[in-house]
Amino acid sequence: MSCGDTKAGSCGGGCGCASKAGAGEALNLTGGSGVDAARRFFLKSASAFTTLALAPGVTLMAFAESTPASARPADQPVSSKNRWGLLIDAGKCADGCNDCVTACSTENGWASPVKHPATDAQWIRKLTVRDPKNGSSYSLPMMCQHCAEPPCVDVCPTGASFKRADGIVLVDRHICIGCRYCMMACPYKARSFVHEPLHDQKEHAPRGKGCVESCTMCVHRVDKGETPACVEACAKAGHNAMIFGDLNDPSSEIAKRVATYRTTRIRDDLGTDPGVYYQNI
Amino acid sequence: MQRAFHIERLMAAIAVAIALLFTLPAGSALAGPPTPAKGRGDKCVAPTEWMRKNHMSVLKHQRDDTVHEGIRTAQFSLKGCIDCHAVKGADGKPVTVADPKHFCRTCHDYTAVRVDCFDCHASRPGEAGKSAGVIPEGVEHANAAHAAADRETLDRYLKEAGR
Repeated sequence: MSCGDTKAGSCGGGCGCASKAGAGEALNLTGGSGVDAARRFFLKSASAFTTLALAPGVTLMAFAESTPASARPADQPVSSKNRWGLLIDAGKCADGCNDCVTACSTENGWASPVKHPATDAQWIRKLTVRDPKNGSSYSLPMMCQHCAEPPCVDVCPTGASFKRADGIVLVDRHICIGCRYCMMACPYKARSFVHEPLHDQKEHAPRGKGCVESCTMCVHRVDKGETPACVEACAKAGHNAMIFGDLNDPSSEIAKRVATYRTTRIRDDLGTDPGVYYQNI
Repeated sequence: MQRAFHIERLMAAIAVAIALLFTLPAGSALAGPPTPAKGRGDKCVAPTEWMRKNHMSVLKHQRDDTVHEGIRTAQFSLKGCIDCHAVKGADGKPVTVADPKHFCRTCHDYTAVRVDCFDCHASRPGEAGKSAGVIPEGVEHANAAHAAADRETLDRYLKEAGR
């Protein structure tokens, strides 16, 4: 009761009374008569809280019905109605083909002039997985898996490692202190640390010494309604092994394929809920 | 006892401040306020006077909006600033921040405010990014150029001030 009296409508549920009392009192309100002024005030505040509590659900429904993200105006923030993802068909990914890696490097300018294989930045890499028993092998590109539950974000001490509302996991270099905790937490070995001072970076892909970085799913292109550079290069070369799209949109190509074919997400057992799906692995 | 000691120190500080008041105008008159190069187009995205005071705030706000929310409006984007305020060097190409003629450096050198924007961001427009990630030959450290220029500025200042 003290909650309703003193913090009308703003107790935030912390007191534990709002939702329960609100629902109960709301029932009384419908058939009620002869309520005094203080009681009426409490009821008003309680019902206001109920409306607030309902609001996120209602908003979510409204968002789900609206236009696709490619039409998002530049002044509008990203929203969780989208979940950007990739579907990679390892069956179409040729061993020795490096087109996606080259495209990513060209687009984001992370090719290092000095070759230090152990520490050079590597936003995307090609892996060949071989079964030693029967000699069979397949090739796949590996990059940030843009997890819905990213371990890198969990461990980041400064909040630099974050997940955008639309599911893209990024590093805010303005906040990154270069501790590299996220690199250790990432099960996919997807992040790199910039050891050398850089010069003449791409204007759409700022990067510099002392910060951790990884695949951004070409966020600068996605925000313009385009597809990531790796996907574009793969399609241009005629491989068509990669698809980019909105996993939340049931009418998108990627969502349809994920719903139709058996897909695998690497180390999904860790509960990371990756946004990158693989086929034929 | 301790209080008296503090008052003495305060008096000394005031004396130093007054002394500085007399010496400072002489020093600044020697260097003179900088005149940054004119940007492209008729006018800036906001009144020049206002931008002088507030560019750092709008850039900071825009940076958070862009990185976290994906808001990419043009008015206060750093990319926009760099595009309009590019200063051409002797070779006809826009200079990088390593050059003291760079638009940002004109005032930032004068006010001795070091910005680290260009440790990561491109300091000249567009296609200059072709050699992305390449450390230029002869420059061991990207900031070495800045440091050298700073030393040069300081040396010149000291010389002009007769010290």
